[in-house]
Amino acid sequence: MPGAAGTGGEGMLSKDTREILLQAEGLKLWRGERCLFRALSFELPEGAVLHVSGANGCGKTSLLRVLCGLTEPEEGEIRWRGRSICRCREDFQHAFAWLGHLHGFKAELSARENLAFSVSLRRETDPDVRNETLGQVGLDAVADLPCRVLSAGQKRRLSLAMILLSAAQLWILDEPFTNLDPKGRNMIADMLDRHCANGGTAIVAAHQDLGVEQRYLRHLEMEDTG
Amino acid sequence: MNGPLSGFGVVLARDLRLAFRRPGEMANPLLFFILITAIFPLGLSPEPELLRTVAPGVLWGAALLSSLLALDLLFRSDYGDGSLEQLVLSGHSLPVLVLAKTLAHWMVSGLPLVLVAPLLASALYLPPEAWGTLMLGLLLGTPTLSLLGAMGAALTTGLGTGSALLSLLVLPLATPILIFGARGVDLAVQGMDPVGPLYLLAAILFLALSLLPLAIAAAVRISLD
Amino acid sequence: MWKLFHQFGSPPHFYRLAGHLIPWFGGAALVLILVATYGGLVLAPADYQQGDGFRIIYVHVPSASMSLFAYTLMAVAAGTGLIWRIKLAHAVAAAVAPIGASFTFLALATGSIWGKPMWGTWWAWDARLTSELILLFLFLGYMSLRAAYDDTGKADRASGLLAVVGVVNVPIIHYSVVWWNSLHQGATIIKLGKPAITGDMLWPLLTMLAGFGCYFATVLMIRTRSQVLQRERNSRWLMDL
Repeated sequence: MPGAAGTGGEGMLSKDTREILLQAEGLKLWRGERCLFRALSFELPEGAVLHVSGANGCGKTSLLRVLCGLTEPEEGEIRWRGRSICRCREDFQHAFAWLGHLHGFKAELSARENLAFSVSLRRETDPDVRNETLGQVGLDAVADLPCRVLSAGQKRRLSLAMILLSAAQLWILDEPFTNLDPKGRNMIADMLDRHCANGGTAIVAAHQDLGVEQRYLRHLEMEDTG
Repeated sequence: MNGPLSGFGVVLARDLRLAFRRPGEMANPLLFFILITAIFPLGLSPEPELLRTVAPGVLWGAALLSSLLALDLLFRSDYGDGSLEQLVLSGHSLPVLVLAKTLAHWMVSGLPLVLVAPLLASALYLPPEAWGTLMLGLLLGTPTLSLLGAMGAALTTGLGTGSALLSLLVLPLATPILIFGARGVDLAVQGMDPVGPLYLLAAILFLALSLLPLAIAAAVRISLD
Repeated sequence: MWKLFHQFGSPPHFYRLAGHLIPWFGGAALVLILVATYGGLVLAPADYQQGDGFRIIYVHVPSASMSLFAYTLMAVAAGTGLIWRIKLAHAVAAAVAPIGASFTFLALATGSIWGKPMWGTWWAWDARLTSELILLFLFLGYMSLRAAYDDTGKADRASGLLAVVGVVNVPIIHYSVVWWNSLHQGATIIKLGKPAITGDMLWPLLTMLAGFGCYFATVLMIRTRSQVLQRERNSRWLMDL
């Protein structure tokens, strides 16, 4: 019995010639007593968003962590541009940006400092560019306050600013909509649309519709095997 | 665009800045160091002769315990807010990044111990000739303690348990540092050449510097899995 | 060679093989220990200096050797498991730790009992006893770390890493303690070590060592088998059994 399967291809009306960026083949993962997924495969070309959905506890987060390389799958292989990510770990890490359940910045530092730190781990940027991004996610008014006083939604926006500035081709986002107001949710949809238009690609785990243009969208529905 | 050391500098600068945002936490190991040293005369007797004999052991034991104190938080706070994941996935060499974190930790928790040691040494009637050896020994020994402690901290980060387990893991491994460090001061007090134990401390530091960052990085990956 | 390595690393193969070997090793351990006990307690002459008190080395020395051997074996098994991802190696490391800790404790206890008539005190800061004490804490730290993790896979890797770092450190600890001891030794202490030993004292000791070795192997196989049962509880070969 296959634990979870299915790649949706609604966006692929014409047989496209786009390069395949990410390939997963035969992934299998056990957690404790449960097999979360097995024989899970998909491939993702540039300019596409993979929407991972499924009930709570079906292994969406675990799948995303496997794709990042944080968790080793029991079986199976993940390839980035045709090379196994075990062989090109650093190249692959430069190519993607990860947003998990945790926001990934320090509560003692201000939004501006956190953004500067997070970006400087990846590349050099101009302070103006960073300020512009802070404005884009609607944080310019609170950019100099320590992050611990920000609301949960504002923290999420800061994490999104980090993703925007990462210049990564692949975004891996776990429940990015959490705590966001409707305006923030639209902002993510716009972000994703623009990212795809520029040849980027994204994997998003979410319960709701992403609001992304249909031609970019692909689906991966995970079954609960518990 | 990035050499292996660019990530090192960025992480070091961030951790130092963070430490200065939490000055209370930064002062704790130092206060602990002073407090443990002050407890011994209270428990023993204020007799200079006695205090002078136990001073090397007391100072080194206090340094060992207080440098372990703050280590529990070294990775735990980054683990709790997701920064650790981001560091691991940043595309930099993880051993270099954890070395930067450990160095930042040592600079705010180990270095002050080295600087304040002469003060406590004089309070325990340690002769001034031995102060230099004490400071040099601490300068060579406390970084090793921080590295060993960082490994223990990385192994216990994902767990709910407190720092008791960390001490159980690290203290047995740290005994050689204590032995050589205290012995060096002892020799200096007796007017003999303390260079032997100091060389040994330096040798252990280089061994630790070359091997432990790899182990710490591996431990961080395990705790994030 | 590589194939053999992997074949032995396969849990079902090990499970069956160990099942066949356990009675043999157990029997050998029983015979050897009985012979050595008779040799050591009855046949060997009393030491001219320590009298009959020295006879406790027939337990002390083999347990001390086994404790060191157990730590090394644990680290080698853990390292093998970490590098080649062999699950059986982790099972061996997990199984060996409590055995090693027991031997260490036995070495400490017998050393301390021996110390009473020799030094007039139950505990002396003798180099060997102090090293054993630190070794006991290394074992306890390893076991506590393993117990603190819920997930077996994570527990294997975290405690394995600790064992590998520990085994690099063990010689440093040992020599630092010996060095420390040689500097602070008082005049009254007789070193805990081999007394001037004669042939009829030596052969029971060597036989006892072999007996302890067989006993160690027997217990290790029994414990590893139970580890394998626990870890492979979902696998097909166990259902077929």
